[in-house]
Amino acid sequence: MPTDKIDIRYVAKLARIALTDDEVEVFGRQLEDLLGHVNALSELDIESVAATAQVVESRNVTRADAIAPGLDRERVLAEAPQRQGNFFRVPRIIAE
Amino acid sequence: MSAQIDARLEKSAVEIAGDVCARRVSAVEVVESTLARIAAADGLLGSYLTVLSDSARAGAAAVDQRISRGEQLPLAGVPLAVKDNMCLDGTRTTCGSKILEHWIAPYTATAVARLIEAGAVPVGKTNCDEFAMGSSCENSALGVTRNPYDTARVPGGSSVGSASAVAAYEAALGLGSDTGGSIREPAAFCNLVGFKPTYGRVSRYGLVAFASSLDQIGPLTRTVRDAALAYDVMAGYDPMDATSINRPVEPTAGSLLDDLRGLRIGIVRDFDTKVLGDDLDGLYRKAYHDLERLGAQLVEVALPTADYGVPTYYLIAPAECSSNLARFDGVRYGLRVDGEDVRAMYDNTRAAGFGPEVKRRILIGTHALSSGYYDAYYVRAQKARTLIARDFERAFARCDLIACPAASCTAFEFAAKSDPYSMYLMDYYTIPMSLAGLPALSVPCGWSRPPGGSVPMPVGLQLCAPLFGERSLLGAAHAYEQATRHALARSPVADGAPA
Repeated sequence: MPTDKIDIRYVAKLARIALTDDEVEVFGRQLEDLLGHVNALSELDIESVAATAQVVESRNVTRADAIAPGLDRERVLAEAPQRQGNFFRVPRIIAE
Repeated sequence: MSAQIDARLEKSAVEIAGDVCARRVSAVEVVESTLARIAAADGLLGSYLTVLSDSARAGAAAVDQRISRGEQLPLAGVPLAVKDNMCLDGTRTTCGSKILEHWIAPYTATAVARLIEAGAVPVGKTNCDEFAMGSSCENSALGVTRNPYDTARVPGGSSVGSASAVAAYEAALGLGSDTGGSIREPAAFCNLVGFKPTYGRVSRYGLVAFASSLDQIGPLTRTVRDAALAYDVMAGYDPMDATSINRPVEPTAGSLLDDLRGLRIGIVRDFDTKVLGDDLDGLYRKAYHDLERLGAQLVEVALPTADYGVPTYYLIAPAECSSNLARFDGVRYGLRVDGEDVRAMYDNTRAAGFGPEVKRRILIGTHALSSGYYDAYYVRAQKARTLIARDFERAFARCDLIACPAASCTAFEFAAKSDPYSMYLMDYYTIPMSLAGLPALSVPCGWSRPPGGSVPMPVGLQLCAPLFGERSLLGAAHAYEQATRHALARSPVADGAPA
């Protein structure tokens, strides 16, 4: 298995979570400790074993392409942190 | 139990529904008593994040109307406590998190809707570890919940408020979700029956997702019969959940057993007994002996990979959590914390909205799924999961049910587990069943005074069946419960005043 080292700032960037310096230190230590524990899995012989995504057999589930009522738009938009008309309002993404 | 508790609330859900259907009591009276009990006790216990006084009164009146029209409702007037990670239309659904602290659900979870249709009345939304991640409720961002049997101790987690509410008669039926033990562990800590059905048996629609391949909704009750009835009402196919199983449900409440004759019960050879604290070993041996006394044949079974359950789980569950919780980005619902650009808004929103345990799990999951680590961590854990499921298949060739501890200790004091991994080990005995998708439950099996504790605390026996083995599982648990009656040995201390 890989080393127990973890680049916590890089992972936090991927996870979109701003961390304080204290969190970097504490989480870094705790996650390396956890990775040390999960490395026990390297003791298992898994070469020829298939991976399990979920245990109860299930095939791709489809439904008829039929129109059905969805959630009420007003009620959904009422929960938005910011809205503009019938849209969710977000900070500018594309530069002028 | 203190005299101030209305005797009607001490009845089981089945008894309450029977009384309401026979019009010996009205649903409105039951709900009013429950709301009074919550007002008296919940300041100390903290089971509820939101008490639904108005909608509960209206719901109870509607049940009484249906009864007066001649309807027979299996859960008529049963006060229901709903874990706050399940949606109920028009009510706050927080997941115990600041990021959803003020979010009002615009629809109702299928499991909750089915219980309401059967006559149950939601009286409140209950506290839980944030996004159901924890074993003590100490990860809730919104409040402390105390164990009704010793308020200096935790009530378990993560379906903790539903457990304490049912234990303390603030509800007759509790709804929880179990990903790695979050129904069974609080049930063990609070002297309750906690039942996790086969994965996919109860729809997850409206359950806020934590680890989708593991999450399963189930009941927390004071009797096995109540759990069976609630399961019969909730179980079954739901097109709104793509992993919901489309095959007929065998009702369980009508086939509870009186003894265990003809059943082979497996005792696991490979569990690491060092994990088991509080000298509980003797108590469990006594429980296994009781199973034998009731007619079961005990057989030793091997689960060699089960010992790897915790490390397997702590890769798979965080990986799925990191993916599921990506939706909380400050755009469509919940908290938003602004930043100089959209990227900073995401970073700041998630930094302010999530607590430490959720951040830890998102980070470990992101790491396990990231380029260069995916095969070494995530895929390896998925393969270990296969081995664990195979172990159970082999074991169930030799036995009908497996019996083992439900938790590795009794309820501990607040702040007793400071490092995350020691908390993770709480679920040592429940995680393997979750990884294998199996139905499992905890049923009270006695009392043990924890080291330094002032009073004995409840202990839970876990029983586990093969996939779809709910009927024999609940049947056997009922026989054991009726023969031993451990749950009746003590009443919860909390009656509105500190013990």
